Amino acid sequence: MKIEMTVNGEATAADVEPRLLLAHYLRDVIGLKATNIGCDTTSCGACTVLLDGESVKSCTLLAVQADAQSVVTMEGLSPDPGSLHPVAAAFRAEHGLQCGFCTPGMVMAAVGLLRENPTPTEREVREGLEGNLCRCTGYHNIVRAVLLASGQDPDTARPGAAGDGLVAPGFSVGSA
Amino acid sequence: MTRHRHHARDTLRAMSIMGTRVVRTEDPVFLSRGATYTDDLTDERLTGALHLTFVRSPLAHATITAVDVEGARNAPGVVDVVTGTDIDLVAPKLFAGAADGMERPWLATDKVRFVGEPVAAVLTEDSYQGQDAADLVEIDYDPLPAVVDLRAAASDEVLLFESAGTNTSNGFGLGKQFDEHLFDGCDVVVTREIVNQRLAAASLETRAATAVWGEDGRVTVWCSTQNAQAARDAIAGWLGIDVALVHVITPDVGGGFGAKIGADPEFALVAWLARRTGRPVRWSETRSENMTGMVHGRAQLQTVTIGGNREGDVLAYRLDVLADAGAYPRLGSLLPYFTRMMAPGVYDIPKVESRARVVVTTTTSTGAYRGAGRPEATAAIERAMDLFAAEIGLDPAEVRRRNVIDPGAFPFRTKGGAVYDTGEYAQALDKVLDASGYAALRAEQAVRRERGDVVQLGIGVSVFVEITGGGAFAEDASVQVHPDGTVTVLTGTSPHGQGHATAWAMLAHSHLGIPIEKITVRHGDTDLIPRGGGTMGSRSLQTGGVAVYQAAGELVEVAKRRAADLLEADVDDLVVADGAVTVVGTTTGVTLAELAGRAELKVDSVFDSGAPSFPFGAHVAVVEVDVESGKAVVDRIVTVDDAGPILNPLLAEGQRHGGIAQGISQALLEEVVYDADGNPLTATFVDYGFPSAAELPSFTLVDMATPTHLNPLGAKGIGEAGTIGATPAVQSAVIDAVSHLGVRHIDMPATPVRVWEAINAARGSGGARVDTAGSAQ
Repeated sequence: MKIEMTVNGEATAADVEPRLLLAHYLRDVIGLKATNIGCDTTSCGACTVLLDGESVKSCTLLAVQADAQSVVTMEGLSPDPGSLHPVAAAFRAEHGLQCGFCTPGMVMAAVGLLRENPTPTEREVREGLEGNLCRCTGYHNIVRAVLLASGQDPDTARPGAAGDGLVAPGFSVGSA
Repeated sequence: MTRHRHHARDTLRAMSIMGTRVVRTEDPVFLSRGATYTDDLTDERLTGALHLTFVRSPLAHATITAVDVEGARNAPGVVDVVTGTDIDLVAPKLFAGAADGMERPWLATDKVRFVGEPVAAVLTEDSYQGQDAADLVEIDYDPLPAVVDLRAAASDEVLLFESAGTNTSNGFGLGKQFDEHLFDGCDVVVTREIVNQRLAAASLETRAATAVWGEDGRVTVWCSTQNAQAARDAIAGWLGIDVALVHVITPDVGGGFGAKIGADPEFALVAWLARRTGRPVRWSETRSENMTGMVHGRAQLQTVTIGGNREGDVLAYRLDVLADAGAYPRLGSLLPYFTRMMAPGVYDIPKVESRARVVVTTTTSTGAYRGAGRPEATAAIERAMDLFAAEIGLDPAEVRRRNVIDPGAFPFRTKGGAVYDTGEYAQALDKVLDASGYAALRAEQAVRRERGDVVQLGIGVSVFVEITGGGAFAEDASVQVHPDGTVTVLTGTSPHGQGHATAWAMLAHSHLGIPIEKITVRHGDTDLIPRGGGTMGSRSLQTGGVAVYQAAGELVEVAKRRAADLLEADVDDLVVADGAVTVVGTTTGVTLAELAGRAELKVDSVFDSGAPSFPFGAHVAVVEVDVESGKAVVDRIVTVDDAGPILNPLLAEGQRHGGIAQGISQALLEEVVYDADGNPLTATFVDYGFPSAAELPSFTLVDMATPTHLNPLGAKGIGEAGTIGATPAVQSAVIDAVSHLGVRHIDMPATPVRVWEAINAARGSGGARVDTAGSAQ
C-alpha cells in the first residue's frame, strides 16, 4: 500500500506491506533509529512518538494507520544535539537517562504529558508516565526532569495526593 | 617556588571537578539522534545483511523425533535454514565447573531442555519474512517430564543429561558435613526456608549481534555486551579460531544488569552463519525470546538457621543453599560462591557455616543479575536477623547494632573467608535511623496498631556489606593528547548506562585541565583496546577509572619532563593547568597540544587494586499494607550507601536510584514463574511485572564516604548497593506491617495475595506464628 506521512516536518512516502508497524516504518523505511522497540506487547513505551500531537506507541500502530498524518520522533524535537528541546534538556540536567534505550519514548511521552497538563504534580507525572518503562533510573530523576521541564523546581514541586501524607494511593485512612 | 605550593594548586584544581555534579557528555546525542544500539547500526559493511530468526522449543523437556525444514526453505525471502546437524562446531560447556555432559548444543538435535531453546535458524532477506518462515519449520517432539522444583531436581529422579548421571552441576562446601554442635550454647535457635526468587534482568534492549567476515579472514562482531574482550575470547573459542581473527565492537548497550556479561552462544552462531552464507548476518531478538533466552538471576532456595542468647548476641549462623542453574549451567552456577563468602554480612558471628548445591532444571539458564550472589547472601542473613529479633522480642535495629563488626576491627577477616577493607556499620545504621525518623515511625506504627487501622505501617531495616571489584582487579587505560588539543581515553571497562564517557573524562581532566568536552572516551572495540575486564560487579571506577586517573597523572609527568627540556626549566618549577605546562609564577609555558605536535604524547597504564573492596550501607523502608487487600506500597525509602569518595554525585545517585528500584521490585513485584510442566508464565512484559513510575516513590539518599586504602581515589563500587540493601529492607517492612497479627515471614515477591494469605492464616491460627512460603522453583 502506498502511504504518505509527514515525519519531523518532512514529507515521506513509501509502498509498504499492510502489516508493517509504524515503528518499523520509522526505523527501517526512513532510517530514523532513535525510536526503539523494547517489547512485543505495548508495555514498555520505548517506541512512543507523537501522532498529530498525541503520544502513541508506534509498535502498536500499523504504518498505514498513520497515512496522511504527522509524526514527530525524538529526532524531530532536537535536530541539533547542541540545542536540545526543553524537555530533552531537562532530562540531561536531572540525569533522567542512563542506558538511553527508554529515553526516546520517555521524552516523547513527557512532551505529550506536559501538553495535556503543563504544571503537573509529582504524582501526576508518575501516573502520566505509567505506560513507559525504564529499568535503569528507578524513575526518580525522570520525574524530576519532567517537573523541571514544566518550569517547576523539582525540590519543591507539589507531591500530589499520594505524597501528602503517609497514605499511599488507592488507600483510605479509615480504621477497621 | 616550592613543591608544596604547586601541589596545593594541583589539589585545588582537582577539587574543582572531582566530586561535582557534571552532566553527561553522552547525553546530547542520546537525547537528539538517540544512542546507536546494535540493531541501529548502518555500517556499510552490513549492506545486504541477512536476518536471523530462531525457531525455539515450545516444550521444557522433550525428545526431538523429527525436524522438517522444507516448507520453510521454500518460503519467500528464505536464503538458508540450518539445524543442529549442519553445525560443525563443538558443543561448549558454558560454565567450566559444571559436570561433564552438561554441554549446550548450538541448536538442539536430540533433546530440548527448556522452553525457548533454539532448534533451528532461519536466514531471510528481511525480518518479517523470518517470522513467517520460522512458523513453517515443523518439529515433532516426544514430551519428557519437566524438572522445575529444585528438590525434585536434586533427587535425580528425572535426569536432564543422562551422560552426566546427575542433575547436580557443581557445589561449594559439599565435601564437609555440617557441624552438629554449631548451635550448642544458644538460648534461641530459629530456622526457616527462604526463597530468593528467579528474576529477569529485563534490560530494555534485548540481545543483539551482527557479524561480517572480511577478505582478510577476520570476523567483525557487533554485539550488546558488558565486556567486548571476554566476548571476543568466547566467540573465538567457540568458533575454534585464533583470537586474533575476531574483532568485537560494542555499540551503545541498552542496559545489562549482569545478564550481558561476555557473549551468548547465539553471538558465535551469528558469526558462523555469516561465514556459511558469505553474507553479513543480523540478529535482534524479540522480548518474549529475551524473557526465555537471556539468563535469569537469583533463583536460590535457602535454609537459614540462626542462634544466640536472649540478650541479642548472635552466636552461630548456618546457610544451606540449593541453587538453580537452569538447563545449561552458566555463570549463575558460580554465584553461590559469593553468597557463601558474604553469608555473615556485617555481623561478627563466632560460628558460621554454609554450603551450596547447584542443580540443573528444565528452565532458562541462570547468570548474573545486579548483585549476583551478594543480594542472596544479604537477604538470607537480614531475614535471619529479623527472625531472631522477633523470637527474643528485641527491636531489629537494636539487634543489628549489637552484632555488627566493630569499626576498629578492620581489615576484618570474616567467617565467610573475605577480608573486608573498611566498615562503619553502626554509624551507617545510626545515620539511616536518624534520617528516617525511626523512633517517630515506630510511634506512628503503634498508634495505627492500637487503632486497628486498615492501612498498617511497616518499617524494615537492613544493614549490608557487599563485594565490588571482585574477580578481576586489574584494568588498562590509555590517555593521549592530540596536537589539536583533544584527548582520547581508552578504557577496558564497558559502560551501558553508567556514564563512563563523562566520569572518565572528569578523571583525565583533573590532571590535564583540558575541558571534558574535548576528551573522548573509547571503549568496547577489541582492536583498539585488546585487554579489558568490562563493566560488572561494580568494578569500573575502582579499577578502570583509577587506571585512567593514573595514566593521566603519568602523562602530566611525561609532559613536564618534555616541557622542562623545551623551556630550559626545572621540572619542579612546572605546573600543568588548563591543558598547558607553565613555569610557576610566569606566563612562560607550552600547551600539551604543542608537546603532542612534537612527539606522541600518550601514556598506557595498568592499575591493579590487588583485592576487592567491601562497600556497605543501611536502608530503612517504610511500607503501608492494606490488611484487607494485602496490598503493600512503599511509601518511603531512606538509604545510606557508602562507596567512599564520590567522583560525580549525579551519576552515583543515579546508580543508587536504579538499584533501589530493582530492590523494591524484587521484594514486591517480580518473579519469573514456571508451571509444573516448565511452561514460562512470565515471558512478556505484560506478565512479568516490573514497576513503572506510578508504583515507586522518590528516594531519600543519605551520604556517607569511608574511603578504601585499595586505590588512590579511595573509591568503592556503587552500582549494585541499592539492590542489595533495599530488597531485604522492603521485604522486612512488609512483614513488619503485619507482624502484630502473628505473621513472621512472607516470601518475595510479597504480592497482595501472599500478604493476604499470610494475614488470614495468622488470624485463622488465632495469632500463632505463620509463614507464607513462595514456590521453591
